[in-house]
Amino acid sequence: MIELDSALVTAYAPDPAGGADRVVRLLGPVSLQLAERRIAIIGANGSGKSTLARLLNGLVLPASGTVRVDDLDTATDGRAVRRRVGFVFTSPDAQIVMPTPLEDVALSLRRLPLSADERDAAARCALARFGLAERAEVPAHALSGGQRQLLALASVLAAEPDVLVCDEPTTLLDLRWRTVVDDLLAGLDQQVIVVTHDLEAAARADRVLVVDDGLVVFDGEPAPAVEHYRALMAAVRA
Amino acid sequence: MTDITKDAGGALPAPAAARASVATDVALVATFAAFIAVCAILPGIPTGSGVPITLQTFAVILSGLVLGWRRGALAVLLYLAIGLAGVPIFAEATGGLGVLAKPSAGYLLAFPLGAALAGLLASPAVRSVGWARYTVLFTAGVFGSFLTIHVGGILGLMARLDLDLGAAVAIDVVYLPGDIVKNAAAAAVAYTLFRAYPDLLRHRR
Amino acid sequence: MSGPLRQPWAGPLGLYHPGDSLLHRCPPGVKLAGLAVAGIAIAVARGPLSAAVAVLLAVATHVVSRVPWHRTSRGVLGTLVTLLLVGAYQWWVRGWAVAAEVVLDVVALVLLATVLTATTRADTLLEVLARVARPLRRVGLSPETFALACGLFLRTVPVLVQTSLEARDAARARGLENNPRAVLVPSAVRMVAHARATGDALAARGLGED
Repeated sequence: MIELDSALVTAYAPDPAGGADRVVRLLGPVSLQLAERRIAIIGANGSGKSTLARLLNGLVLPASGTVRVDDLDTATDGRAVRRRVGFVFTSPDAQIVMPTPLEDVALSLRRLPLSADERDAAARCALARFGLAERAEVPAHALSGGQRQLLALASVLAAEPDVLVCDEPTTLLDLRWRTVVDDLLAGLDQQVIVVTHDLEAAARADRVLVVDDGLVVFDGEPAPAVEHYRALMAAVRA
Repeated sequence: MTDITKDAGGALPAPAAARASVATDVALVATFAAFIAVCAILPGIPTGSGVPITLQTFAVILSGLVLGWRRGALAVLLYLAIGLAGVPIFAEATGGLGVLAKPSAGYLLAFPLGAALAGLLASPAVRSVGWARYTVLFTAGVFGSFLTIHVGGILGLMARLDLDLGAAVAIDVVYLPGDIVKNAAAAAVAYTLFRAYPDLLRHRR
Repeated sequence: MSGPLRQPWAGPLGLYHPGDSLLHRCPPGVKLAGLAVAGIAIAVARGPLSAAVAVLLAVATHVVSRVPWHRTSRGVLGTLVTLLLVGAYQWWVRGWAVAAEVVLDVVALVLLATVLTATTRADTLLEVLARVARPLRRVGLSPETFALACGLFLRTVPVLVQTSLEARDAARARGLENNPRAVLVPSAVRMVAHARATGDALAARGLGED
């Protein structure tokens, strides 16, 4: 269970006139309780949905207000929170941190009390689950975009988080890989919170949040949420 | 992003202090180390004069200016360690301990000091804006590289090739004009990076 | 070597040449100590004769290592031009004996160090380094962090090569290929974005925080 209480996120931004940096509001104040198994977050580019996702595991900390995961404050118990909340980014390039898939997954397993050989075997097993067994020792940059996203997922899930937050996990993928990743996420036991531009994927969630201009402007069933978002986009165009 | 002027409520709280950002430090250090390697192994940028600019010292100084003296020096040390261990990431795709025996070893060994000094001297950049900030960055880069990399390089030439000071300086002086240009470029890129990522400047260390 | 896909600068092997010679099996610490002793001996011994002996010993080491010559020649050839120019200068100023000593000393040391590099895996050498640097744990540099940074480095080089080639193409598409700024600035901005995203990803995976 993730709870946000009047969480407000600000950041420094350069002054267009060339003066000292200013403080701008990125998101909030937002108050939410997230308990549903499948939650989607939709909204325009720059609306603040990625910031909202990053709040959930303490990658971004609120300037005021609190964010709690199972009663752990992200500001003070960041490490414990991140152990519970896994995070998958849009671009797998930044999150594959080791030269080969095997090393990358093994790195996630470092927290567990395993010998080097056991870790190796567990990593190979995790790769096999995602159809990457053959590619275990190929350089990561030689994998296809879809394979890299699968590897990113494999590495995050190898640490066995309770909640998985995904920030546009399929935006860079073609239709085939998008289906693969969507099906994979749908089949997980964990609570999954997905930021997405894919309205079909959002429609399959239990609950959908619409973010606009740094605020949650709609929160509820998928069908009316998507409707609300479409109306919002149409209003911008008009 | 919402403009502050749209909020009638007045002053916003300052952004939360960065989370324990050891992970970001490691990532920045490793990425800048990789950047130095790429600058050293990529063919240089062609110029009108026909002498290509290789960007190794540019990347070393940029690391110091952008990351600050400690992380900047660590980035260069990581680059040196991996290169000396035998990954071919030094100029002309060489690597290994052999480079330490070469006449140019002094330059290489002085790189971490160059990044550190440039980073230290660039500290006032956080309190200045516009041209003043650029001038601080450029000056820091010039002093950072001349007082360390060129001094180290000259000492290396003297030791390895048994040259006297004058002869070593004569070899070294050829690189000075190019280095001024590279420092100007490093300062310009650092300046742009601080515009793009204002908190980068606040968190130099 | 794990296949042709692995670029030399993108792997943990580096300039290593696999083999099972005496030198390949020798512990890296011993080899490093040997190289240090050789470096001191070459610096202390004066005269062209001792320098020639040093080169002969280096060549003998090379033969024992059974590493093909073409694997090590690039490192030596790279400095040859500088060496010949300086050799000529020294000959002119201080006579042939000094010139020969200077040139042969450098060749011997470069050769020895290159053989060490070719017979020792890069990751093994980095492990030795991490062990030597263990006292630095007290200032927050643990061997684990060092290993993580090394892995991250090897992973990031191909990413940055890709980014800079794209920036170069983009500059060319705009007719700005002779403007270094049009290449450098976007490359650097994307590099920092990449580093911060990587930092976020590391933190999200609970890495690098200990």
